[in-house]
Amino acid sequence: MSEQSPGEVRIPAGAELLALTGVTAAVGGRAIFSDVTLRVRAGEFVAVLGPNGVGKSTLLKAVLGLLPISGGRVEVFDAPPGRHNSRIGYLPQRRAFDPATRIRGIDIVRMGWDGDRWGVALPGLLTGRAGRAARDRVREVIALVGAERYAHRPIGQCSGGEQQRLLIAQALIRRPELLVLDEPLDSLDVTNQASVSALIQSVCRSHGVAVLLVAHDVNPILPYLDQVIYLAHGGAVMGPPEQVITADTLSMLYGTTIDVLRDRTGRLVVVGQPDSHAEHEPRR
Amino acid sequence: MTGFSWNLIEDVALLLSYHFMLNALRAGTIVAVLAGAIGYFMVLRRQSFAGHTLAVIGFPGAAGATWLGLSASAGYFGFCIAGALVIAALPRAGRRSSGLGGYGDESAVIGTVQAVALACGFLFVSQYRGFLSGLTSLLFGTITGVSDAQVLALLAAGAGCLLALLALGRPLLFSTIDPDVAEARGVPVRLVGAGFLVLLAVAAAGTSQVTGSLLVFALLVTPAATASRLTARPGLGLLLSILIAVAVTWLGEGIAFFSPYPIGFWVTTLAFAAFLLATGYRAATERLGRRAAASPAAAPAGSPAGGGSR
Repeated sequence: MSEQSPGEVRIPAGAELLALTGVTAAVGGRAIFSDVTLRVRAGEFVAVLGPNGVGKSTLLKAVLGLLPISGGRVEVFDAPPGRHNSRIGYLPQRRAFDPATRIRGIDIVRMGWDGDRWGVALPGLLTGRAGRAARDRVREVIALVGAERYAHRPIGQCSGGEQQRLLIAQALIRRPELLVLDEPLDSLDVTNQASVSALIQSVCRSHGVAVLLVAHDVNPILPYLDQVIYLAHGGAVMGPPEQVITADTLSMLYGTTIDVLRDRTGRLVVVGQPDSHAEHEPRR
Repeated sequence: MTGFSWNLIEDVALLLSYHFMLNALRAGTIVAVLAGAIGYFMVLRRQSFAGHTLAVIGFPGAAGATWLGLSASAGYFGFCIAGALVIAALPRAGRRSSGLGGYGDESAVIGTVQAVALACGFLFVSQYRGFLSGLTSLLFGTITGVSDAQVLALLAAGAGCLLALLALGRPLLFSTIDPDVAEARGVPVRLVGAGFLVLLAVAAAGTSQVTGSLLVFALLVTPAATASRLTARPGLGLLLSILIAVAVTWLGEGIAFFSPYPIGFWVTTLAFAAFLLATGYRAATERLGRRAAASPAAAPAGSPAGGGSR
């Protein structure tokens, strides 16, 4: 590990990318969650779970430095949050693009490459090697997520699953070491949930990109997870899924009786969660 | 007045022999390029309402300036830019209201401001006696009114505005389409939005001086909306929007010269015709695309553009 050539920042396997220690967050004076401790190591697949309104998205924003925390410590790549956001691929919580949006998927992917640089993109002839590298990388990530067929269509005309794949391509384009995904499966049908989950898993395993993913339903990603963190207003529990998603652990965390049932196909159902909209689609 | 012959070259030569026409064409070209470019982003950001309000705010500016004996140009630019800064400073205005792919409409506050602006403009015009034809030309434009000094002012404003738009370029597009990710990537989304509103104000003020306050949209919205129906590529869309704006301005001014009807009518009508054609083209290609996708023989349907990404 000490045999690094100068200038090369190589993260050794298992190094901590993300360390949250006793973090408390408040939005508009209202405490969202408190005393959350979380670690994400290189190449790990971690899910953030919990009922609505417990601050799962807030946690991700704190990691990105978009939201100040009111207590505790957040370290991202051994630095305060927001310092190394170019090493993070972020997919915010969202609904679909407006059908009238007249921008192609490939343009959306390209924004991830240099959309934050001032000025305009010059035509290919003038940019030489840098331009070619950008175009090659765009093609590469589009192929990686399997979006070649519809990348040239206006994004508004792509289906929810297609849009999600293109946005994952955008998040991946700068070869991030950490993907931060906010409910990427939420607006998808069951088939697309499975295939997008598998895509995220393959990115995580074969490219060594750590994933921190907020999910409303753990089942599509359950087989792939290394760690889960269950958030509650008063704290959080982190560990391997089989240890955390149990009746005892969750009952203790939420201070109420919670059952974890498993059906014949292995799907987990958490019953009794203090979710204010438990019977409905998550409200936003 | 002047007669139209079917010899187009002679007609153009005749048209260009008048200094006021030359100035009208110069001003029209500057304004069309500016409005076509800024308008493209305005349509993408769904900020047409803000754009319209800024144009209307220019009306009391120009009327007030004329009343006080100042140049109408100064009134247009001063009021429009001040209006843009106010809209940018409004809490949450200019922030997207929902979803992706553009901005929600600005709040009702802007509509309220628009009504007050129109009323003030009318008051100023009524205070300025002996300015009978002024009201219509301020609201609907005139072909004769552009002075040399105004052309120079427009040129300076237009060039500055386009340079600023080039500098904002990618971050503006990024924060328009995907504000959350842009913010996470360190784009100052709010600042870029405010900067764009100022550019929009300059474009609206400039365009008002040719088309009048109420017909600004002929150049600011219609060419951009037409272009976005023809292509989903940002670079090409921007270029088409500018070309359409310039074309309808030249044609409109030319026709207005030979006809008894006002310039605003012609420019607007031509722009609208282009928009209708583009909408028809879009509907036709979409229907064809759907039919091609439905038939199993045409496998790779739906990707008309092969390579060449920008």
